[in-house]
Amino acid sequence: MTEFDLNTDSVRALNQHLHDSPSGSLSVVNPGGRHCIASGIDASVAVSIDGHVGYYCAGMNKKAQVTITGNAGPGVAENIMSGSVRIKGSASQYAGASGQGGTLIIEGDASARCGISMKGVDIVVTGSVGHMSAFMGQKGRLVICGDAGDFLGDSLYEALIYVRGSVGELGADCVEKEMTADHVQSLKVLLASVGVDASAKDFRRYGSARKLYNFNIDHADDY
Amino acid sequence: MCGIVGIYLKNEDLNPELGGLLSAMLIEMSDRGPDSAGVALYRDPVPDSSGKLTLHVAGSYDWDALQTEMTAQLKADVKIEIHASHAVVIASTDVTSVQNWLKTEYPDLNIMSAGSAIEIYKEKGLPSEFVRQFKLHELNGTHALGHTRMATESAVTTEHSHPFSTGMDLCLVHNGSLSNHNRLRQQLRNEGVDIQTDNDSEVAAGYLMWRLREGDSLEEALDRALKDLDGFYTFAIGTKNGFAVLRDPVACKPAVMAETDEWVAMSSEFRAIAQLPGAANATIWEPSPATVYTWGH
Repeated sequence: MTEFDLNTDSVRALNQHLHDSPSGSLSVVNPGGRHCIASGIDASVAVSIDGHVGYYCAGMNKKAQVTITGNAGPGVAENIMSGSVRIKGSASQYAGASGQGGTLIIEGDASARCGISMKGVDIVVTGSVGHMSAFMGQKGRLVICGDAGDFLGDSLYEALIYVRGSVGELGADCVEKEMTADHVQSLKVLLASVGVDASAKDFRRYGSARKLYNFNIDHADDY
Repeated sequence: MCGIVGIYLKNEDLNPELGGLLSAMLIEMSDRGPDSAGVALYRDPVPDSSGKLTLHVAGSYDWDALQTEMTAQLKADVKIEIHASHAVVIASTDVTSVQNWLKTEYPDLNIMSAGSAIEIYKEKGLPSEFVRQFKLHELNGTHALGHTRMATESAVTTEHSHPFSTGMDLCLVHNGSLSNHNRLRQQLRNEGVDIQTDNDSEVAAGYLMWRLREGDSLEEALDRALKDLDGFYTFAIGTKNGFAVLRDPVACKPAVMAETDEWVAMSSEFRAIAQLPGAANATIWEPSPATVYTWGH
């Protein structure tokens, strides 16, 4: 296995290697909270990072399986396209922001704005998420096994939100919706696929009331 | 963007290394704030009957003459220790009277800090240059805050740099920007708070000074700040015995905290904390928005 030690190798050298000729698996040690580690990969490669990472780790990820054994700073897996990013610890704000596909698994907690403007990514958080999560979420699923902070799903489009714990104040135009058999089945498959031991039946579903889609003078205060 | 670092030593055996640990954290935050750097160190407290002040003046200065004059006029033992463009003055008399005397007799001297343990040093330029000039890595202490500044609201000068004194043994560093600082500055000046620059962070410091003067505890003053300060902020506030952290309710500005058996640390980013011994196995968490965190003896 190729190993990069970021105490001696630069992040630029690591990322250049990942952009040029990656294959099989690669390990990264001593990340030391550095920024942009393993960002912009477009290859079927497994990257395992041992330690805490800084901003924008695994950003724009395509095809790769990135595992972080530690915590992640702001913007982890930002704009993820496909593949998977798994964080064994907790993630800072705007994890998975604007993600278009693939899967982001956070085994600890995620802080504010998790999944902001998500566009197709599936995000599974084993712990809780902070305020303004899934803000303007357009597509994809945000699954929260713990609790959700205030203003969940504010100005939501068609992203689906599942929460097992408590929810703070809901964001504008976000409402609780019926959990149909189809939703339970699809969530069950997702949870199983990421290895999270939780019963899909215990979750509630939240989605858009679709009242902010078009301008309505009666809702002027909500815009 | 700016960088904030803070460290509080739980293990006194580390006190001689405080400056070294702080320097490593500060230099790691250079990308977040290359314009200026500053620190507040809490070290070598003087007895209650004495006072310690940090003074700054641009260019060379005859500190010996000041010492002679202070000794004669204040009828006190006065020691002056020079640190680059700053000097720490220890006088065997009431610190408030020394402060008032200096303001009247030496208006050209900037009083950076006053109290019994606090020393504030700040200067334009890169953090690494700051550490070298002030020999920061050689200084001991019990706890410290540091700031690397990327100016957004006002000019790059020593006076506009952080930390800002907020009263006896108190100081504030700020990452963010306040949007109601002009109106608030005027209100605080009307309340008699001395605000020297057009910097937004100095207004936050002045606000805390005012609230503490009015009898609020630090926690009460910070709770009230959540209502009265409009803008983005992560604040770290140094106190004689420890430090406090507060983020605004929206919490756009980053902050991370970590604790081991040896120390408690906070920073804008984990990579600064990663410089500390044992950081890999520290308990690490992100402070919640609109929540006051305090550490102290």
